[in-house]
Order: sequence, then structure tokens, then C-alpha cells
Amino acid sequence: MNSELLKQLKCKTINIRRDIITMLEESKSGHPGGSLSATEILTYLYFKEMNIDPKDPQKRDRDRFVLSKGHGAPVLYAALANRGYFDKSELMKLRKIDSMLQGHPDMKGTPGVDMSTGSLGQGLSAANGMALAGRLDNLDYRVFVLIGDGELQEGQIWEAAMTAAHYKLDHVTAFLDHNHLQIDGLNEEVKGVEPVDKKWEAFGWNVIKINGHSLEEIESAVEAAKLVKGKPTMIIAETVKGKGVSYMENQAGWHGVTPNAEQAKLAMCELEVEA
Amino acid sequence: MEIKNKPTRDGYGEALLILGETNKNVVVLDADVAKSTRADWFSDKYPERFIDMGIAEQDMLGTAAGLSIAGKIPFVSTYGVFLAGRAWDQIRTTICYSNLNVKLGGAHGGISVGPDGATHQGLEEVAIMRVLPNMTVVVPCDAIETKKATLAAAAMYGPCYLRFGREAVPIVTEENTPFEIGKGYVLKDGKDVSIIANGSMVFEALRASEELQKEGIEARVINLHTVKPIDENILIKAAYDTGAIVTAEEHQITGGMGSAVAEIVSRNQPVPIEMIGIFDTFGESGTPDELMTKYGLTYLDIIKAAKRVIERK
Ligand SMILES: Cc1ncc(C[n+]2csc(CCOP(=O)(O)OP(=O)(O)O)c2C)c(N)n1
Ligand SMILES: [Mg+2]
Repeated sequence: MNSELLKQLKCKTINIRRDIITMLEESKSGHPGGSLSATEILTYLYFKEMNIDPKDPQKRDRDRFVLSKGHGAPVLYAALANRGYFDKSELMKLRKIDSMLQGHPDMKGTPGVDMSTGSLGQGLSAANGMALAGRLDNLDYRVFVLIGDGELQEGQIWEAAMTAAHYKLDHVTAFLDHNHLQIDGLNEEVKGVEPVDKKWEAFGWNVIKINGHSLEEIESAVEAAKLVKGKPTMIIAETVKGKGVSYMENQAGWHGVTPNAEQAKLAMCELEVEA
Repeated sequence: MEIKNKPTRDGYGEALLILGETNKNVVVLDADVAKSTRADWFSDKYPERFIDMGIAEQDMLGTAAGLSIAGKIPFVSTYGVFLAGRAWDQIRTTICYSNLNVKLGGAHGGISVGPDGATHQGLEEVAIMRVLPNMTVVVPCDAIETKKATLAAAAMYGPCYLRFGREAVPIVTEENTPFEIGKGYVLKDGKDVSIIANGSMVFEALRASEELQKEGIEARVINLHTVKPIDENILIKAAYDTGAIVTAEEHQITGGMGSAVAEIVSRNQPVPIEMIGIFDTFGESGTPDELMTKYGLTYLDIIKAAKRVIERK
């Protein structure tokens, strides 16, 4: 990635993080931690990688993105708005009555949302289905899916892992948002998920481990995944829950709590400095 | 009258603390939402009898089945959509078929869950739980009644589903109000129409009856906290005495408490019925009050339904 593009994308991540804070301060309900941890991944996908057209959200051969951890809706909405799918003013209506931006992604109501989610553990199966359809239709689109590490505790994830490997779904690229936290605390305290790399390898996947906040590492992993034939790829992205806002970082308590005006101001200052 | 508000889930948490003390066989399982269900009150005090299953509802119900076979009394809680919905087959075939002694605490029932939106608003649990043989289904109306229902669930044998809400709702019962699973009760007598409600709609029903009174309409208000086994006597008597029924619940009309009432009344003492509930649609994000209004779940809607049903007598 050349330095100009890197600069542009970094700038996008800051804008998206700022939007996440602003919309959550306004909605007074929603999930900051898991939105901030996935910001680089969504920024890379929506601004560099995916073959998509905001003017034609239903384009048949588009790449698709499934936010399996649907509570991360704020980062998805911020990415879509910044990418031009809808006006940024919509972000201020997050979770409000009659809004197109529901608490969890609603593919029927929001342009650019490829799959409705919110009940954890179901997104990878849907991504597999989209990839199987693409194969049947001779369309070359890729399907990206973002899974939470707590979400790995759902059995359906592992059913879907077997499906993708069995059907050699090399057009499926999954990201694990490995922030080590869920609601009740650390994954390893609630119910251990490690070793995640060995588990996915054993399930027949190509596994790549990266720093999930490095746009360059995300790029090389996504490119590497495209070269692998006959296997789906799991990109294990090591991330920090609440990344970018000091008092939210690595705090389980900021999973589903929103910043008040003062806290939001502080967050915006921190996100200014980085720019 | 001064009205105190409290979420029904608090009653679940309080009862679990009592059970932790009085019954060593009680164990509590939760699926990464213990703070929301109030199961964390139990886990703080009795960590060795609390099992956090992580985000694995199906596994949680199967584990509870095993615990009960080995003599424990598992209380299993998470949001109702994921408890009754995600693990329905585990509840049906692993628990109900063998009539295992597993208690289900379904939190976040109803559209008043609010901003989380459709995916988290349980609007179908009563229907899909009451259809199961051996299952008992209770929808308490306030925190006090939830506490009693939870204790009563521990005292009976067999699978039992308790449904509670997220928001603070008015306390309408008292510590000494009688409570028995399977027995509804009359909160206020009347001869012109019967309003049969449960959960958060009991308060709305009482409020509707006060307004109707001002217009000279005497409404009987019945708290039908237990949807299964249903109290046939109180329903048949209400139909006979008042000749018209309004049901009110924070749940899909299809298959819910209103349907259960109609199943009894239509076979025994047919009278016109109007139903207040969700009409075959999903919810959406919004504040609890906005949603209750938009989806027709307030005392005003009950008043209109009462007048309509009286017209049809
Ligand atoms: C089936 C299901 N069970 C429970 C929940 C409630 N819930 C929402 S987010 C969450 C924790 C998710 O943790 P993780 O997957 O690690 O996400 P992240 O840390 O990225 O926010 C839970 C339990 C849900 N949405 N769906
Ligand atoms: Mg996590």
C-alpha cells in the first residue's frame, strides 16, 4: 500500500471512529467497544477492497460483507455513510423510532447492509450460502464476514466452519475480531476459546494472524487469501476492544454502554490528536 | 396512589438469592448476559453453583438437562429470543419430552426492550413454549410477582418458562397478594367486560378500567399470569358473567395468551373477544414508550377494544 493511500485510509478510520462516538452519544444506547475494535477492518474493506457501488447497492456481482457480530452495527453504519450509501445525518437517528438504522443491522431497511444479524453465531452460515450461490451463478464475488471471539462459543460457527471447508469455499474470507472480551468479561474466564488458530486450522481453513489495527497487515492478509484455492481463509485479527478511546480500551464495561457528553468530548479530543 | 417502578427481572434475581440460601440443589446457568438477567446477583454470592456457559444457548439447555437428571434444579437464563427461540429443539426434545426439572428464565420479553430492536425483542416465546407438552408458562406482572413465580417454579416439578421484561414497570401486587401457578385472579371486579392481561399489560388494564369506570363501564380485570396450565374456571366465569372479553399482552396475537384464552372460551362459553398485542409483525428500535404507543399496547388501546367488544355483545 503506498503511503498516500495509507494516509487516506488512516484518516477514514479516524472519521469513522468519531462518527461512532457521536452517534452513540446521541442514541444513548448501543455498542462502542466492538465497533471501535473493528474499525480498521471495515475501513479497509469498504474503502479499498470490496467491489461495491453505493449508487447500486444490490449490484449482482458485488462483494458482500456480513457483520455476524451484529451489535457492531455502529461501525458498519459509519462505514456505509462515509462511503456514500446514505446521508451522514442518518447516523444521528441510530436506534430511534422510524429510523433506517436499527439497533442491529437490517438488510431490508438500510442500503448497503447485505445481511440482517443480531443473534450471534449465524453470519458465517449465511456467508457460505452467498458464496455457494456465487459459484452456481458463475459470479466471482467474494464474501467477507466478521465474527466476534465470544461469538465463537456458538456451535453454529463450527458447523459453518465445516461447511465452508467441505465445499472448498475459497471465496469466503472471515475475520475474527480477537479483542479477548465479551459481555461478562474475558473470553478465557467466561468460557475459553483458545487456541483459535489451531482450531480453525484443524477445521480445514487457511489461517492468517495479524494485528487487526494495521491497515497494511489487513491488506496483505486479504491479498494472500485471494491466492489460496480450495480453502476458506480465517484472518485472526488481534484487536483492542474500544481501540482509540483510552478509557474504553480493554474494558469489558464499555461493551454496551454509551459515552455521556463529557466522555464523548474527551473521546473526540483523543481522536483529534491522532489525526 | 403512589406508584413504584421496578423491572420484573429484579424479582428473578431476588428469588435466586433466596433459593441459593434455602435449596442447595439450585444451580444457575447463563449465556454471557448474567448482568442483564440478574443471574449475576446469584453468581456473586454462590459462585460455585453458577455456571457461565458463554454464548452457547443450545449447549446451555442440554447441560441443564444433564444437571437435572443428576438431581440438580437448574435455573437457566438469557434473553427470551435466544432461550426459547435458539434452543427450542433442545427444550422440546431433550427437556420436555422427558419432563425434566429445568427452569427457564426468559429475560427481555416484549417490545418494551426498546432500542436494541427486533432481533432482541421477544414477541413469540409464549406461543412456542406453551405449545410444548409438560411445559408450564408464567408471565408475571411486576417484580414482586416475578419473585413469587420464581420461588413457585422451584417448588414444582417439571419444566417451567418464566418471562420477564427489561424496563421498570409499576408494582401492582403486594407481598401478601396470593400467587399460585395455574390460578389467575381478579384484581378488580366488573360486569360489563373482562380485561384479561399479563406481564406489563396488567397495569395498563387497571388503568383502562379506571377510565372506563368514569364512563360508567364496569370492567373486570384479571391477571392471567399463568398461560399454561391455564385457569379455565376463571375464564369461563368471566365469559359467563360479563359476556365480552379483551385480552392484553406484550406478545404476538398469534399463539399468545389471547389465543390460549380463545381456545378455552370458544369451546366452553363463546363470547366476543378482542385482542391487544402485536399483529404479525416484528418490532423495531425506539424508546419503550414510543413502541408501546406505536404498536397499540397502551391503556388507550384497551379502552377502545373494550368499547368495540361491548358493541359486539
Ligand atoms: C445468540 C445471542 N446470544 C447472546 C447475545 C447477546 N450478546 C450481544 S453481544 C454479546 C457478546 C459478544 O462478544 P464478542 O463476540 O466477543 O463481541 P465483541 O467483543 O467484538 O463485541 C452477547 C452475549 C446475542 N446478541 N446473540
Ligand atoms: Mg470479543
